Amino acid sequence: MKHKTFFWFFLPTALAMLLFIALPLTSVVSQSFHAPHEEVLLVSEICDPFGCATESTIDHQATEQLKKDKPLGQWVGFEIYADRNHLAFKEVAEFWQTRSSFTGFISSLNNLQFYRAMGFTLTYVIVVTPLVILFGLIIALAVNSLHRHLKGLMVFFSLLPMIVTPLVGSLILFWMIDARGIVGSGLQEIFSDPNLSLKASTGLTWVTLIVYGVWHSAPFAFIVFYAGLQTVPKETLESAMIDGASRFQQVIHVVVPHLSPLVAFVALIQLMDNFRVFEPIVGFSASAHATSLSWIIWNDIGQEIRLFSSAATTSVLTIIGVVILLLPVLIRTWREFNPEK
Amino acid sequence: MFLRKIATVVALTTLASSAWAGCGASDGRVSIVGNEFPAIQTVGAGAMECAGGGVTVEKNLTADHQKINVPGMQGNPAEFTTAIVANSSIVALMNNDVIRPLDDLVAKHGQGLQKSQLITVDGNIMGVAFMANAQHLVFRADILDQLGIAPPTTYEEMLVAAANIRASGMMDHPVGGAYAAGWNLAEEFVNMYIGHGGEFFKPGSAEISVNNQHGEDALHMMRALSDYMNPDYLTHDSNATSAEWKAGNVALMNMWGSRVGPLKSDEVDPSVANNTDIAGPMTVGGGSTPASTLWWDGFTVSKNISDADAEATFMAMMHAIRPEMLNDETSPLAVWLIDGYQPTDAAKGVFAAAAMGTTPYPMLPYAGLMHSAAGKELVDFMQGKETASQALADLEAAYTTAAKEKGYL
Repeated sequence: MKHKTFFWFFLPTALAMLLFIALPLTSVVSQSFHAPHEEVLLVSEICDPFGCATESTIDHQATEQLKKDKPLGQWVGFEIYADRNHLAFKEVAEFWQTRSSFTGFISSLNNLQFYRAMGFTLTYVIVVTPLVILFGLIIALAVNSLHRHLKGLMVFFSLLPMIVTPLVGSLILFWMIDARGIVGSGLQEIFSDPNLSLKASTGLTWVTLIVYGVWHSAPFAFIVFYAGLQTVPKETLESAMIDGASRFQQVIHVVVPHLSPLVAFVALIQLMDNFRVFEPIVGFSASAHATSLSWIIWNDIGQEIRLFSSAATTSVLTIIGVVILLLPVLIRTWREFNPEK
Repeated sequence: MFLRKIATVVALTTLASSAWAGCGASDGRVSIVGNEFPAIQTVGAGAMECAGGGVTVEKNLTADHQKINVPGMQGNPAEFTTAIVANSSIVALMNNDVIRPLDDLVAKHGQGLQKSQLITVDGNIMGVAFMANAQHLVFRADILDQLGIAPPTTYEEMLVAAANIRASGMMDHPVGGAYAAGWNLAEEFVNMYIGHGGEFFKPGSAEISVNNQHGEDALHMMRALSDYMNPDYLTHDSNATSAEWKAGNVALMNMWGSRVGPLKSDEVDPSVANNTDIAGPMTVGGGSTPASTLWWDGFTVSKNISDADAEATFMAMMHAIRPEMLNDETSPLAVWLIDGYQPTDAAKGVFAAAAMGTTPYPMLPYAGLMHSAAGKELVDFMQGKETASQALADLEAAYTTAAKEKGYL
C-alpha cells in the first residue's frame, strides 16, 4: 500500500485511538501524580433537628484561587504510589525486617489492601486462564464431533454463559449458592453440615469465584477454537488415521499444533481480562474475602468521599500489571512473526 | 385485581399531575436524586405531582445515590437540581461546594417549615430536613413471650436472649444484622463504638483515634453477635437482613426505623408481620449512650442551576413535604419532621432513640473517609483472621493515608 493511501485509511482509527485511549491514559497518569490541595478547615456552628454543635467544615474561599490556578491539585510525584494504600514500600520494608518467618511476612502483607488484592487477582489469573483454554478446547472438540443438525443448537447453548451480563450471571449464582438457595442448601445436605456456607469462608469464596470465572469465559475460548477446528486440514487427519493414530493422538499431534496460534490469542485476551476481574466480586458481595485491583478502583470512587488520585494510581498499577503479564506472550508472538534470519 | 391497582395508580397519577401543575411555579426544571426506601419514594412521588405547565420533574431514586449525586451536581448547569441527603451525605455535597444556601427561598416559600427542620451552617440554611431515622431494636414478640424473655435493652441481654432462643431449638441464627462488608459493617462499628463511649477523632482535628479499649470492646461485641447470625452475614445488607426477617429466620435485630413498615406489610407471612415489634436502641458495655446514631433525611438545592430552576425545585420539594401529604398510609413510613405529624406505633423506636440521647451521626468533612476505611479493614477481624487491635491499627493507617491524600491532614 502506498504511504499516502495508508495514511488516509488509518487516520480515522488513529484519531479514535488518540481520543479514546491515549487521552484518557494521559489524564489518568497525570492524575496519579497529583493530590487535592490541602483543605482549610473552619469551625462552624451546624444546627439540625437534633440541636446545634460546633463541627469542622471546609473553607472553600480560602483555597478558591489556588484551585482555580492549579485545578489538577498539588504535584506529589510518586508519593501516592508509595503510600500504604498502594505499593506501601515503607510498610513492606518494615514487615521484612521484623519478620519471624517467610509465611509470617506473607500474612502481614495481607494487611495491605494492594497486596491482598494482588494475592487474589494472581491466583484467579493463574487458575482460570489454563482452565478456560482446556474447557474451551474440550467443548469445541465435543461440539465439532456432533451431527451437523445438532451443532447450531449446541453452539448457541454453549455460548449462553458468555451472553449473560457478568453482573447478572454472578447475581443469579450468588442467590443459588446462598445458604438458603438451591445449591447452597443442597451442599449442606450432601455434606450434612448445616453451617456450611460458600460465602462465609475465604477458601470457598475463592473457589466459587474461580468456578464462575471459568463458566463465564470458557464459551469465548470455545467459539475461537471451534472456528479454528473448521480449518484443520483433512489430509493430515486422514493420514494420521491411516497411520493408526487414536482419536486422542490425532488431537494432541494434529489438532492442537494447528490451533496453537489461537491458544496464544485466547491466552492473551484471558490474561488481560482475568487480571481485571471485577463484576463477580461485586455480584457475589465477596469483598470481605476477595478483592482485585479493579475492585479497589471502584471502591475508591464509589464512596461518599471519592479518592480520584488513589483510583488513578491503582489504574496505572493495573496497566503495568497487565503489561508484565502479557510480556511473555507478546515476545513469543513477536518472534513468530519475525523469525531470526 | 393487580391490573385494577395499576389502573388506579395510573389514573391517580394523571389526575394528580394535572391538579398540581407547577405547584405554584410557572416554569423550571426539577430533577431529584436520592436514596430509595418507602419514605423517600413518597417524597419523590409528591414532587412528581408538580409536573405540568412549564415545569418538568424527574426523579432518580437509587441505593447508589451517593455515587452519582456529586458528579451529577458538579456540571453547570447541574443534572440534578436537588439531592435528597442524610446527615452523612450532605457533607460530601458541602465538601464539593455544589449546594446553595436556601435563605431566600425559605423566606419566600418556606412558611410551613418549622425552625428545627432547617439545617444551618453558621446561620446559612443549607438543607431542609423532613424525616428522622435511627437504628433500634426489632424483635419477634411471640418468640420472646414463649421463652419468657423481656425485649433486651442492652446488647449483653441480646446475647443472652439469642443463646436462649438457640437453645430452645426454635432458630439456629436468631440475630439479624446488616453486617455486609463495606458501608453497613462500618455503620455497625460506628454505633457500637459510640455506645462504648468512644470518640472517633482527636478533638478539633482530622486525626483518627479508634485503636483503644472502646474500639476493641466494640469489635468483640460485634464478633459475639455474629456467632448468632446467618453464616453469610458479611454479605447481608439492610435488604438481605429484612428478607431474613420476613422469612421468619430471625428474632432479634438492630434495624433502621424506616425499614420496619415493610416488615409488617400484607405481603409478609402474618405470623411474622403481626408479631414484629420494636423498642428503643440498646446500650452496651454498661454505657448510657445508646449504641446507635440519629439521622435526618432532607433535601438540598444545587448551586449550579438557574434561579428559576432553583425556585421551581424548592417549591416542588415543599409540595412533597407539605403537611397535607400525611395520611394513614404515609404516616407510619417514617418519623416525619413535618408540622402536624402524629407519631404512629412504627415511630416509637426512633422517638425512644431521641429521648435516650442518641448521638447524631458526625457531620465532619472527613467522617466518610473513616467510614469507608472501616468498611474494608474490619472484615479480617470479623472472620477471625487477626486481632481487634491489629484491625483497628489497619483502619487508622488506611484512613490516615486517604486523609493525607485528600488534604485533611
